[in-house]
Amino acid sequence: MTAPARPNDQTAPIGGRLVTPVTAVLGLLVGIMLVVLAVRFVRGIGAVTNLNDGYPWGLWIVWDVVIGSALGASGFTVAFITYIVNRGEYHPIVRPALLTALLGYAMAGASVVFDVGRPWNLWHVFTPGYAQTNSVLFEVAVCIAAYTMVLAIEFAPAFLQRFGMERARKLLGRSLFLVIAIGVLLPTMHQSSLGSMLLLFGTQVDPVYQTKALPLLFLSSTIGMGLAAVVVEGSISALALRRPLERDLLSRLMRVGAMVAAGFLVLRFADLAYRGVLPRVFESTTLSLMFWIETALFAASIVLVLGRSGSRPRRFFLAAMGMALAGILYRIDAYLVAYHTGAGWHYFPSLGEIAVTGGLIAFEILAFIIAIRLLPVMPALPAPHSSSES
Amino acid sequence: MRSLPLAPAEPDELAGVEKRFGMPRRDFLKFCAGLAATLGFSGNAIGAVAKALVSARRPSVIWLHFQECTGCTESLLRAEHPTLEKLILDIISLDYHETLMAAAGHQAEAARTAAMAANKGKYILVVEGAVPTGENGNFCRIGGKTAVELVRECAKDAAAVIAIGSCASWGGMPSTSPNPTGATAISKILGKPVLSIPGCPPNPYNFLTTVVHYLVLGKLPELDSKGRPTFAYGRLIHENCERRAHFDAGRFATEFGDDGHRQGWCLYKLGCKGPETYANCPSIGFGDSGTASWPVGCGHPCIGCTEEGVGFTKPIHELAKLLTVTPPTQFARPAEERGQGSTLATVATVAAVAGLAIGAGARLAKNLGNQPTPPPGGSGETKP
Amino acid sequence: MLSRRTLLKGLAGGAGAVAVTSIAPPAEARTNHPMPEHAIGLLYDGTLCIGCRACISACKEANGMPAEQTELAGGNYWDAPLDISGKTLNVIKAYREGNATHKDKAIDGFAFTKVSCMHCNDPSCVSACPVSAMTKDPVTGIVHYDLDACIGCRYCVAACPFNIPRATYDTPSPKISKCQLCAHRLGEGRYAACAEVCPTGATLFGPVIDLKKEIERRRSLAPGTKTSFPRGKIGSGDSHIAPVGEYVPQTYGEKEIGGTQVLHLSGVPFELLDKPALPDESPAAASESLQHAIYNRLIAPIGFLGALALLAWRHMRPARQATPPEGEEP
Repeated sequence: MTAPARPNDQTAPIGGRLVTPVTAVLGLLVGIMLVVLAVRFVRGIGAVTNLNDGYPWGLWIVWDVVIGSALGASGFTVAFITYIVNRGEYHPIVRPALLTALLGYAMAGASVVFDVGRPWNLWHVFTPGYAQTNSVLFEVAVCIAAYTMVLAIEFAPAFLQRFGMERARKLLGRSLFLVIAIGVLLPTMHQSSLGSMLLLFGTQVDPVYQTKALPLLFLSSTIGMGLAAVVVEGSISALALRRPLERDLLSRLMRVGAMVAAGFLVLRFADLAYRGVLPRVFESTTLSLMFWIETALFAASIVLVLGRSGSRPRRFFLAAMGMALAGILYRIDAYLVAYHTGAGWHYFPSLGEIAVTGGLIAFEILAFIIAIRLLPVMPALPAPHSSSES
Repeated sequence: MRSLPLAPAEPDELAGVEKRFGMPRRDFLKFCAGLAATLGFSGNAIGAVAKALVSARRPSVIWLHFQECTGCTESLLRAEHPTLEKLILDIISLDYHETLMAAAGHQAEAARTAAMAANKGKYILVVEGAVPTGENGNFCRIGGKTAVELVRECAKDAAAVIAIGSCASWGGMPSTSPNPTGATAISKILGKPVLSIPGCPPNPYNFLTTVVHYLVLGKLPELDSKGRPTFAYGRLIHENCERRAHFDAGRFATEFGDDGHRQGWCLYKLGCKGPETYANCPSIGFGDSGTASWPVGCGHPCIGCTEEGVGFTKPIHELAKLLTVTPPTQFARPAEERGQGSTLATVATVAAVAGLAIGAGARLAKNLGNQPTPPPGGSGETKP
Repeated sequence: MLSRRTLLKGLAGGAGAVAVTSIAPPAEARTNHPMPEHAIGLLYDGTLCIGCRACISACKEANGMPAEQTELAGGNYWDAPLDISGKTLNVIKAYREGNATHKDKAIDGFAFTKVSCMHCNDPSCVSACPVSAMTKDPVTGIVHYDLDACIGCRYCVAACPFNIPRATYDTPSPKISKCQLCAHRLGEGRYAACAEVCPTGATLFGPVIDLKKEIERRRSLAPGTKTSFPRGKIGSGDSHIAPVGEYVPQTYGEKEIGGTQVLHLSGVPFELLDKPALPDESPAAASESLQHAIYNRLIAPIGFLGALALLAWRHMRPARQATPPEGEEP
């Protein structure tokens, strides 16, 4: 069972104007981010964030890195399904998914530079003598950095194709199977490690969230989130660019996501029951409320897409939104709401933090729009009028 | 500042001062200013004090001595103020004082009973020394009467009872364990609180000021729970100690004569009881010879002589409790509120962003039904 | 079509590496690191502490830390830091309840507590640090911080169960601050400034083994018994006589996350002092056990990679043969 051969010129730049009201607004958001970052690098991280010693990790780490890379799991999940499970029909969404992932990971890396206090020392992580291999963060950092490079290589054919560098493209094509294999391995490692990072927090993380199953829980919810991100991105692209919706592919992807999410829920409840903390989620606390919101969102998404009319665009789109939101909340809750380092500490992201996170998201969308207009990312349309869209 | 019922003294009222007190008028007014300041009166009360001293009728004072060393009297007499003893003798009518009176024997006792009868309900009783209660009080008999009997007899018709010195105030050195004589404070003998001027010896100012307060205002000064005037015993020695900065910085003398001791560092480690002793020694000093003229000032740790349970009770080099931190209001609690929580602006921003995202999602979901879709099973692209 | 079968295949492959390897080599699970034989530390006896704060200022002086202005209920102070921070490595805090006049009593009482690095036997900060900026001295057991290595990620700040390492947030060149037991003074024949200056021996420096013996001695005496308390460091010869406090049974730091080199005695329960209740197993051991299980000599990742590469190669090969110039690529 192998994929049918596909010529690569099936993807094509969609062209169109680069300066539109949408890109202008996105550009403005990026500009605000740059101003906030300028203040951050001149006056210190406390000048623009609410970070403190009780919550030394805030929005930038939890959203930009942990959640950003989880949504960037679109790349590895689609690559996995297409090449490892060998479902060639998913090929048209591979490049958009890889682009989403590349941008997500690049932004995660960028936000690490903003967030760490001494970014000029970041090279220490990759340097023997400094590197501390017992650190989960070491594994995450090295793995994410490596995977970002892998993503760049995976996405490189789009550049090479665009600029007609066929020789390089051919050479790359021969070894691409290995790159893709690494590109699947690395995210499973660091996405699970993003969960393992919480293990070191010990009793500072509420027992509802603190479990040795964290790596599996994070990995499984990441797969759901990554697929959801592909579906959301595919649906919005179709609507915004007035292109045909890959209804069948997207709904099937969402079903896979739903099944993995179901696995996540089963694992989560089994783990809670096994550790005997199930009664804790019935206590009236903010955390148990958040727990049930997550669970309800996961469950609703699963029901929506696995139900009888799950292939309706509206349904799988809503399911994807719900699942992405559920995964986002799960990560916010695990890293911030369930985290308690001592009485009296408060944290809520400041306007500066929100501005930077917003700016990063805006940059991702902006870069995505520019990339699909200039590079062969999206599947080529049969009709020639396809590139005349605004 | 307290308001005074008395008008300032007229200049000519002071005319006789030089003669009567044997001190220049200028010095007398300076003395009055000192007393007024010790009491915490305002500057314009100097005149009132002077007037009270000049014109008030001299109250009769009966001064009893029991288990003591007469140090209180000696301290009072040796005060460096000009002609202080004259002042005392002229302000008050000291009708009975075993150390100072010329009379002796039956004559002396007759003077006491006569004064008590003549000033019934108006005289002031000052007691120096503890009262022995052991062996039926037979450790001390004067004129055939035990100390217990004398105190009760004299206190009965007194306008006010003042216990001077630590022995009279709370038992002092004679009451230190094992206390074979059963030395007891005056207040315990009388079964009621009395005005106490503890100290070994007490600062003469504190006694004198109390008397002047009584003369000027016609009532005794405000007292603490142990009967001590708060103007003198309201603060811990530690609070006004000139070596306090060394304590706060952790600069302690560790033995007599060491480097720290020579540099005037804090004597806490040598057992200074300043942190648990209420007295104004560091503020007014002794003997009018400058700021260092008090025990801690000249390098000896405070022994807590004014404080029951500390002076003569706690070993001299045992460390003091720190009453300045009882209750400890100047400390962070174990868990203080820290960090910046949500504000209206941040919550509103997050809510707006979330609302926008959900709204956009709903809008998109609505529009998705109207999109062209590729044929089912296909991949959205034409096959070559 | 993506069937249930393919999903199962995917799940088996994707989660397999984690699932299988987390069960497979339990031999790798490590226990708490033991305390170094010659470890040095501090004993803080809250019943001896008088709240003089000499240790706070001595610490600032010894470590070149700036003064801090603090607003408290009682006023505005320059010598009463609210908490340890980038400017303060050691602070004395006070529990108070009711009229707060009875020392070391929970009701209507007050009690002092010290907040400074506990110097864990198995520190979370050392396990957290990706660049070896936090290290534990193999001989003294002091947990050191190396500013030159630090990337400022603050994982140590978040990971420490005692919330000890603190970061600075008001400078573009921040650092992590934590007590290092005045390691820089050890070479000069001196020792922890807080213990050196403490007038009552409430903070006592010494080999942890001796400190534990001292704890045993204090606990063996009836509360109120007058006894001699060493001051400064054990064996310094300096001592004073004071009554023994009425201690709660727990010695904080004896078992917490595998034990610490700083030990606390108290007259009031430690939860009133905001000392977190912690398990005996160190989070570092739990975290590293799991990581080592997954990444044990990289066997599982490499095996998984091999399987992935084989599948990818197989699935992409026909495409390459069919259209050689194009290749199969994403």
